[in-house]
Amino acid sequence: MPKAILGKKIGMTQIYTEDGAAIPVTVVEAGPCPVVQQKTEEKDGYNAIQIGFGEVADKHVNKPLKGHFAKAGVEPRKYIREVRCPDGDLPEVGSEIKVDVFSEGDRVDVTGISKGKGFSGVIKRWNFNRGPMSHGSMYHRRVGSLGATDPARVFKNRKMPGRYGHEQVTISNLEVVKVDPEKNMLLLKGSVPGNKGSLLYIKETSKKSK
Amino acid sequence: MDLISAVENSQLRKDIPDFRPGDKVQVAVKVVEAGRERIQVFEGVVIRRRGSGLSETFTVRKISNGVGVERIFPLHSPKIAAIKVLSRGKVRRSRLYYLRNLKGKAARIKERR
Repeated sequence: MPKAILGKKIGMTQIYTEDGAAIPVTVVEAGPCPVVQQKTEEKDGYNAIQIGFGEVADKHVNKPLKGHFAKAGVEPRKYIREVRCPDGDLPEVGSEIKVDVFSEGDRVDVTGISKGKGFSGVIKRWNFNRGPMSHGSMYHRRVGSLGATDPARVFKNRKMPGRYGHEQVTISNLEVVKVDPEKNMLLLKGSVPGNKGSLLYIKETSKKSK
Repeated sequence: MDLISAVENSQLRKDIPDFRPGDKVQVAVKVVEAGRERIQVFEGVVIRRRGSGLSETFTVRKISNGVGVERIFPLHSPKIAAIKVLSRGKVRRSRLYYLRNLKGKAARIKERR
């Protein structure tokens, strides 16, 4: 049974522990995610399951996908993602993965699409340092040198201004603070990538526990 | 949004009296010291309330040994044993930062009735 689920970011708040510490939490509405397809070693070369999440209006589902969902006997969902199961223990097609695969105190990795930052300079995008703001420096937040004069060109992968954000980001080793199977709700300690309402992929952490 | 308020509602405290900036309050705080829990009282004037919901906080200012001391309390923290309103003040703004520049007689606040 894979420990992974799809969810929607709802927003952040804080909760108090019994000894009075306030901890920042992200509220995630996760699952239930029906299993749409099994992928097996013999047939596909690897073991995995395909899970769906989110409501979608009937008119937005095309015919091939409708057939795919009908084959599994599942209502069409907005998102489909694959979860690898190296141990080969695959849940049945049509069964549901719920938030109770996680329990309080678990550590998880959360993957999402980060907020778009538009066309950003090198300070925001690459953590460059800025120049002096005063004493007539006239050199505040600029790019700086692009390299030596000898190659007579700029090398590939030079860090420069450009579009920043709206890319896949994974935050690892977040603590699960609370699991509410009735409301399909997860509380994770700290922040997760993306806007409110964006899709999150939550899985058991790849980090070793101390 | 609904889920967030559901999370917060379960922790919101209902035993908090109604108080405003300018009011004189007595805040009883639970302090754990050497494994023992006791209650410490902080008494002063509320100079601000900020935030909403579970993350609301308030600031209390008092003069201790001639030195101004301000302490910020989370309103819904379980560490607060009780809040007692001693008197209600009549003030014309919500942030009483001007009290920091005043002392003695000038720092008095008129009572509201």
